[in-house]
Amino acid sequence: MSTLDPGLRDEIIGAIPNLRAFAISLSGSVDKADDLVQETLLRAFANISSFNPGTNLSAWLFTILRNLFRSEYRKRRREVPDPDGAFAATLTTSPDQNSHLDFEDFRAALERLPPDQREALVLVGASGFSYEEAAEICKCAVGTIKSRVNRARNRLGELLALDASEDLAPEKPVGAPLSAHERF
Amino acid sequence: MSGKDKMTTEDENEGRGAGGDAMAATPPRTPSSVLDGDIQAKIGQHLRAMYDDVVRQGVPNRFLDLLSQLDQPAGAGGKKPGGGAGT
Repeated sequence: MSTLDPGLRDEIIGAIPNLRAFAISLSGSVDKADDLVQETLLRAFANISSFNPGTNLSAWLFTILRNLFRSEYRKRRREVPDPDGAFAATLTTSPDQNSHLDFEDFRAALERLPPDQREALVLVGASGFSYEEAAEICKCAVGTIKSRVNRARNRLGELLALDASEDLAPEKPVGAPLSAHERF
Repeated sequence: MSGKDKMTTEDENEGRGAGGDAMAATPPRTPSSVLDGDIQAKIGQHLRAMYDDVVRQGVPNRFLDLLSQLDQPAGAGGKKPGGGAGT
């Protein structure tokens, strides 16, 4: 194990918050996500010589993390996230009541996306990668990423439109259980 | 598979920002496109809010500790790497 170029070390540290956010979206659990990030860092250090300086370090780290997750995913199915979703546990800021409801709906909908679509949407829509970078991370064609992102958006749109129309429907009794069937 | 999606290799990171590609990704318009637009905007907001909330937590100490352990020169004594190193 050799000492690392300080600039590279800082860059790796700088990527950790994003790696965690991505890992949480993949694994559905904060604990699992942090284990994934730790394993990613160990892997990155062990293989740092295979990193080509001047290329995208962040994409390289994301690729390692995704591969680790995938290889584990093949062994055992995705662990069932806690019912309130992993992101709930990470919430440090509390949105006001109304938007909090929206937020819950959104989180539940995101959990229901197929993993391929969710990861593509997160990489492009939240991590800020280009379609090309996301395709490289996911080892697939750019067109595949685009269609996954589109399908993810459309599916989320359907799920949330459903929620919205339920909220607006006047004939619903006020005390009716709120779309409990939508959860899983 | 359309021909314009050439295979990307590890070395082609720089070639981004082709404007035409983004156009191709625009979803087809449906009659309810006004509602769609609202919902799509909301999806983007929620997604980023959720993600950024984690990002804002910064780097947990556990990872800073791990990195400083990993980053020690092999024979430098002091703390041992906390697992993972093949000793």
